[in-house]
Formats: sequence, C-alpha cells, structure tokens
Amino acid sequence: MSGLILEESPTTGDEIITNYTINFGPQHPAAHGVLRMVTELDGEIVTRIDPHIGLLHRGTEKLIEYKTYLQALPYFDRLDYCSPLGMEHSYVLAVEKLLNIEVPERAKWLRTLFAELTRICNHMLNIGSHVMDVGAMTPNLWLFEIREDCLNFFERASGARMHSAWFRPGGVHQDVPQKLIDDISVWLDKRMPELFEDAMSLVCDNRIFKQRNVDIATVSKEDALAWGFSGPMIRGSGIAWDLRKSQPYDAYDQVDFEVPVGTRGDCYDRFMVRVEEVRQSALIIKQCIAKMPAGPVLSSDRKVAPPKRAEMKQDMESLIHHFKLYTEGFHVPAGEVYVATESPKGEFGVYLVSDGSNKPYRCKIRPTAFSHLQAMDFMTKGHMLPDITAILGAMDIVFGECDR
Amino acid sequence: MAVLHSAPKWSSNEGVLDKLVAALAHRVESSKEEHGEIVITVTREHVEDALRILRDKHEYQQLVEIAGADYPNRPERFEVVYMLLSLTKNHRIIVKTTTDEVAPVPTVTTLWPVAGWLEREVFDLYGVVFAGNADLRRILTDYGFEGHPFRKDFPLTGYQELRYSNEEKRVVYEPVRLAQDLRQFDFTSPWEGADYVLPGDEKAGEGK
Repeated sequence: MSGLILEESPTTGDEIITNYTINFGPQHPAAHGVLRMVTELDGEIVTRIDPHIGLLHRGTEKLIEYKTYLQALPYFDRLDYCSPLGMEHSYVLAVEKLLNIEVPERAKWLRTLFAELTRICNHMLNIGSHVMDVGAMTPNLWLFEIREDCLNFFERASGARMHSAWFRPGGVHQDVPQKLIDDISVWLDKRMPELFEDAMSLVCDNRIFKQRNVDIATVSKEDALAWGFSGPMIRGSGIAWDLRKSQPYDAYDQVDFEVPVGTRGDCYDRFMVRVEEVRQSALIIKQCIAKMPAGPVLSSDRKVAPPKRAEMKQDMESLIHHFKLYTEGFHVPAGEVYVATESPKGEFGVYLVSDGSNKPYRCKIRPTAFSHLQAMDFMTKGHMLPDITAILGAMDIVFGECDR
Repeated sequence: MAVLHSAPKWSSNEGVLDKLVAALAHRVESSKEEHGEIVITVTREHVEDALRILRDKHEYQQLVEIAGADYPNRPERFEVVYMLLSLTKNHRIIVKTTTDEVAPVPTVTTLWPVAGWLEREVFDLYGVVFAGNADLRRILTDYGFEGHPFRKDFPLTGYQELRYSNEEKRVVYEPVRLAQDLRQFDFTSPWEGADYVLPGDEKAGEGK
C-alpha cells in the first residue's frame, strides 16, 4: 500500500464547529401561535433559547382604559381565546370586588359550572395538540369532538361559540334553559367520558409518548416558585396549589374536588395533571348541576345591572336605568384591587385601578403564559431540538393571552 | 364594611399590615388597607431590600406580577406595583414604589428570575428603567418601535401604521392616517360636573 496517499477527510483535524442558530417560528405549527424562538443549537442539543413575543400585541390594556367597564368585558374573551370564560371570570370578580356587590346564588353556581366547562374545553385543545406535537394524530380528533360539544353548550348559553361575553359584573347575562343543564348532565355521564377515556387509553401508557415526555424539562419545586409558575405547571412540580381550593371564589367553597399533583415535575406529569383535572372538572360540574338553586342570575342593583326588558316597557325608572347603563355605564368606587382566579392555564389575574369614573384608570392583565414562557430557556437547556415542541406543548401557551 | 362580593378569599388581613410595616421600618413611605387589599408603598432605593425581607422573613415566596401605572399629574408620575403571593400563609399583598422618566428602580431579578420579563414589559410600555436588569430590551412592541405606548400622553391610535405595499412588495411603515377622527365619547352627565361648556350655554356663567 506504499505510495498511496489517502485523501484528507473534510471533517478531520482541529476544525472549529460553531453553534447553529435557527428561528423556531414565528409561523410554526408547533409554536401554538405566533412565537418566534431564536434557538442556539450545538448539534441537536439546545444551548440557549430566546423567545421573542409580542407579535400578537394589540394593546388590550390601553384599549380598556378608553372603554366603560362593561365595554371592556369582551376584550377578555379575546385574550385566551381557548378559554374565554376563564378570562372573564377574573375581570368580573375584580369589578365586583371594587363595587362590593352581592351576586345571586344561582349566578355563582352558573359561573362555576361554565368555568369548569371552559376548563374541559381548554384542556381538550391542549392535551390534543400536545399529543399531536409529539406524533400522534387520532386522540386529537376525538378530543376535538368533546371540544365541539363544549362550544355548542356555550352557544346555547350565550349565543356565541367562543367570545361569549356571558359573565357580567353582578352575575351572568342570561339564565340558561333547563334543557341545556339536562343535556350537559347526560353528556357528562356518557359521551364525554367515553370519548375522553378512549383517547387517553391510547396515550397515557403509550411507549412513544412516554419516551418523548418522561424526564423532559424537569422543574423542581424551588424553580417553580422562583419562576412564578401557576396552575398545572406548579402542580406538575409537586406543589398542591390551586386557587379554587385555597382562595375559593363564587361557589368553589361548596364543591368537593381533588387537586392532582405530579411527582417528578416533567412534561409527562404536567400532561397527566391536566388529564386528571378534566375528570375533576366533570365531578364539579355534576355537583353544580345537583346543587344549583333556582332564582335570579343577575344582581338586582339597578346601578350596575340592567333591568329586564319587560320592566322597561312598564316603568320609566327602569328605562332611565337602562339608558344610563348603556351610555354612561356604571361608576366604580376609587381604589385598586388585584384579583386572580384559577384559569385553565394557571393564575390569571387582573389588577384594576379605578379613579371613581365610569372607565378603568388602569387594567393590568396578568397572563399565565408570560412567566411560563420565560422559563423556556432554562427548561430546554441541554435537551434536544425535538423536545422543544413537547416542552412547549406541556406549557399550554396561547398568544392572545401572552401578548395581550 | 361587610364583604358582599364573591371574589377570591384568602386568609385574614388582620394585623398583617401593622406587622409588615414594623418589619420594613424606615423603608415604608405609606401603607393602606382598602377593598381588602394591603398596599405598602416603599421608597425607591429600598425596593429590593424590602422585597427580600418579605420573601425571606415573611414567606411571600412568589412574585406574581409587576404592573406599571402612569399618573401624569404627580411629581413622580410612574408607579411600579409588585404583587406578592404567599403559598404557605395563603395571603397576597401589593408593594409599590414610584419613579419618573429617568430615575432607575433597582431590579428584583436578583430575588426572582421571573422579574426579568416583567421588568422588560414595564420598561417597554412605560419607559421605567430598572437598574441591574441585564436584559432590558423591548418585549411586546414591534422591532424598532419608538416611544412608550401605555403612557397616558401616548395617543391610542399611535403614530405609525404598517401595511403591505403591492408596489414595493414588502411591508411599509407610514404615519397614521385616520379616515375618520378618533371619537372620544364622553357619557358623563352634563348636569353632574362635566368639565366642558355645553353648546349654547356659553353665556350662562357671565352674569355671575
């Protein structure tokens, strides 16, 4: 073999392999919206992630400052458009806290019922898309059936499938027909658990699904606290913290449910927490249906809630109240409150400052996704590129809410 | 006042305010308890210090949110509002400080990493500077945006609009052109202290 010179391989020698920077998004199906992540890779290992958000920033908080309290309400539907009633809930409670008005008993139960229905609706989308992000197709299609049913229920209650604007300061806009309550009850007994458990039987113990999620992005209890986690994210890390339990609002102090927690704090735990939450939500809804009393659904305080249409035909004072409410709106006493509820994605808060006029002076919205997404960098560090989608899926982020 | 509303109920506020004000001592500027919320205003230079005491000695483990607010009539126009949550005591408090366009607020990223983006947001929307935040970039507004949109003197319509230009085959930025003036509806009753003169009513005050 003497005299033969081997051609030098292009990869031998002391070549410097530089890190590779790619853009994940802003138009990527697994980015769950308009998220751009500047991702630095060492081979296929993620070394740094810089999420760029704000591509869906609409200035909601500023717009709200120019609207009356009632006109501001529909903006909340458009924040997290996957769980619109969960967003409204924080806002109406914040307004009610400043006004210190009493909400009729039936309205409290209705709001609790529909907040939980919203949770099921939201988790169907998240569980389904998370599963799809890591490679499975079928469960998503089945879960969307449930989601479709939920949206139909919202439509029957409020007239709108998604942007309901149904929770109002002082109660809810309209009572629901008894047929709807009965249908939800039947649905919860048969169709919903069948579809859901069928889908989950394909996923939960699936080898591939576990390979993609177990031990991915483990978050310790300390990290979960320091990074401001809430909702399924903090429960996945093993902290049993649920605002419905610890700081009950509306009728949550009268229902019985359990708070699922994770043991390892990885993506699989966060996923399974959501799965169990769906079952618990179904239990809560059943209790709501059983315990809900009859009666009015909107406050009888005519300075806040409009009179009935029939009263307006008979009564001058009612007509004036109606006119004033829908032109000037109601005045809210000066002060500031921070009200946070357990939205399906975590703690969704509203910091409301009133100067005593008919418009909010400042309405700061505390989105859940903002703190979760910020932790993306430390959660992905050292993981592979394809793990990003699993981690992002388990975070449950919606950009309407994150960017406001 | 009796609590009628059904907003989230956390553990009792009783005695908490006095205890915290005593613990923070000279760092407190003012404090109040209104609408069931404990609000403590601390001096700007002691923000980090005060929050550290609240976190380490008084179990407020989580920084939930930092909100900015603009009050143009005050000498120090901006408020930076920190929402704290104690998971062990099941309690919430609000800590505030004030600043103006130039005076920097000490960062609290040293206490909670989550403060990084929260401070970026306040900087982006209000122009409050946080001293010590290593990554104080804009976060919600567009790349290359100028101004701080949530200030009360920033117009709702903004200054720039963008559209896709078919001639240039790219997105172009242009000054805002409104087809119709932005309408400011004022629904407050003219009989109850409106701060403008009603049309036809100009001579009403002259005789007095």
